[in-house]
Amino acid sequence: MIRFLEVTKIFPRAGAALEEVSFYIPKGEFVFLTGHSGSGKTTTLKLIHMAERPTRGEVRVTGFSSLKTPRRDVWKVRRRVGFVFQDFRLLPGRTALENVAFALEVTGAPKGEIRPRAQRLLAQVGLAAKAGASPEELSGGEQQRVAIARALASDPLVLLADEPTGNLDERATRGIMDLFWELHARGMGVVMATHDLDLVRQYPKARVMELAQGRLVYDSRPGE
Amino acid sequence: MARIFSEAVAGFRRAPLLTGLSVLMVALAFLVLALFGLVAHNLQAAVSQLEERVEVVVYLREDARPAEVSAALEALRTMPGVEGVRHVTKDEALERALRELPEIAEVSSDLEVNPFPASLEVRFQAGRRDTETVKRVAEAAASLPGVEEVRYGREWVERLFFLRRVAGLAALVLGVSFGAVAALIMATAIRLAVLARRDEIYVMQLVGARDAYIRSPFLLEGAVVGTAGALLALGLSWGLYVGLSRFLFRLEWLPAVWSLGGVLAGALFGLLASALALQRQLRRL
Repeated sequence: MIRFLEVTKIFPRAGAALEEVSFYIPKGEFVFLTGHSGSGKTTTLKLIHMAERPTRGEVRVTGFSSLKTPRRDVWKVRRRVGFVFQDFRLLPGRTALENVAFALEVTGAPKGEIRPRAQRLLAQVGLAAKAGASPEELSGGEQQRVAIARALASDPLVLLADEPTGNLDERATRGIMDLFWELHARGMGVVMATHDLDLVRQYPKARVMELAQGRLVYDSRPGE
Repeated sequence: MARIFSEAVAGFRRAPLLTGLSVLMVALAFLVLALFGLVAHNLQAAVSQLEERVEVVVYLREDARPAEVSAALEALRTMPGVEGVRHVTKDEALERALRELPEIAEVSSDLEVNPFPASLEVRFQAGRRDTETVKRVAEAAASLPGVEEVRYGREWVERLFFLRRVAGLAALVLGVSFGAVAALIMATAIRLAVLARRDEIYVMQLVGARDAYIRSPFLLEGAVVGTAGALLALGLSWGLYVGLSRFLFRLEWLPAVWSLGGVLAGALFGLLASALALQRQLRRL
């Protein structure tokens, strides 16, 4: 479902972020992407999300190739690939429900379905009771749950998470990880970038890929 | 389309202060342009009025035969750039002098003969009242039979056209400068309005909204802000025009095509500025 073919990404000022990276992630797999800061984890996620294009090589995501997908069609990839961040990126001044509803609205959900679907998504992440709260009134863990509900709005095949527990305490981290496993159990793929190896060790069933200085140096279960 | 309108209205509602400030900034930029336009238009009108007075007076000899006068009249009428020729007889010249110059009226009873010569007054077509045309007609007239002398106030005409050229150049330079400054202010105002909603744009891209979907309400907002700003500037400059005309000096209001053009330019520029600001935001993800 996600395939990197000898992908190199060079930023004009920062230099090479990834070098000759190849891997395959099949549908529904749970993958931890580990490595130190600057190892290329975020760049890998951005390449999957087509926020960046490889300098060399090819990225294929759910049938879309980085070589053949024009900018105007990138939205098609993004509806199949959800994304959550360490800093949540919720819209201030809108309630949890409105944040999720916004994602449904802008991705073309029928008007009459937006509110009930947003409520269902919030219930799915365990936040039905806080639908009317604004992000400022929610804890970090709760904000991350809203961000996950928003990422699920387009019913993606895979969820990308960039250090999603980086700003959370242990309890909230556990809650978010449980949610990811629950989504994974329902068939959704999860690619989670983290530098927290203690956290990774708690999930031995997950695939672990380690990046170091832009190269893939370890893969616990290499793809085909 | 309904979605674009409702999104644009929602955008205004979410940030009424910012929208108001954007409209005000655009209006101020346009006000500078409108006032400049008002000054330029009135200067142009004043110069045009002066230009209408450009004429060549061909004085006829005392002994000029009617056939010679007719031939001169015909020759002048057919010259390029000439709008019309009026034959002023000696009697008409005297009458005019008596009417326009009171000192002549005082001594007229002492006059035994009419000292005023008959003449042909040559008027020029609009746009052909330039030094070259006037000079060419004057020189040609001087060689016609029956002509005594030709006068056209060469220095005055040359100064007038020099003034017109300088005024035109100054208007162009100032107009372009004011236009550039106004464009910069408007672009900044609209860019700020787009920047204020960059998080929203980012989230839309993140979850997979199409670029065209993201773009359209912003473009409409830009066009509305540009139009509203231009209309507000037009209203303010109309107020200033009325005040100045009533209390200081009489002015001419801007031609309708200028006002309409300004409002259209506002809409178009708002749209363009929005598109550019958005393009920058859309490249973030």
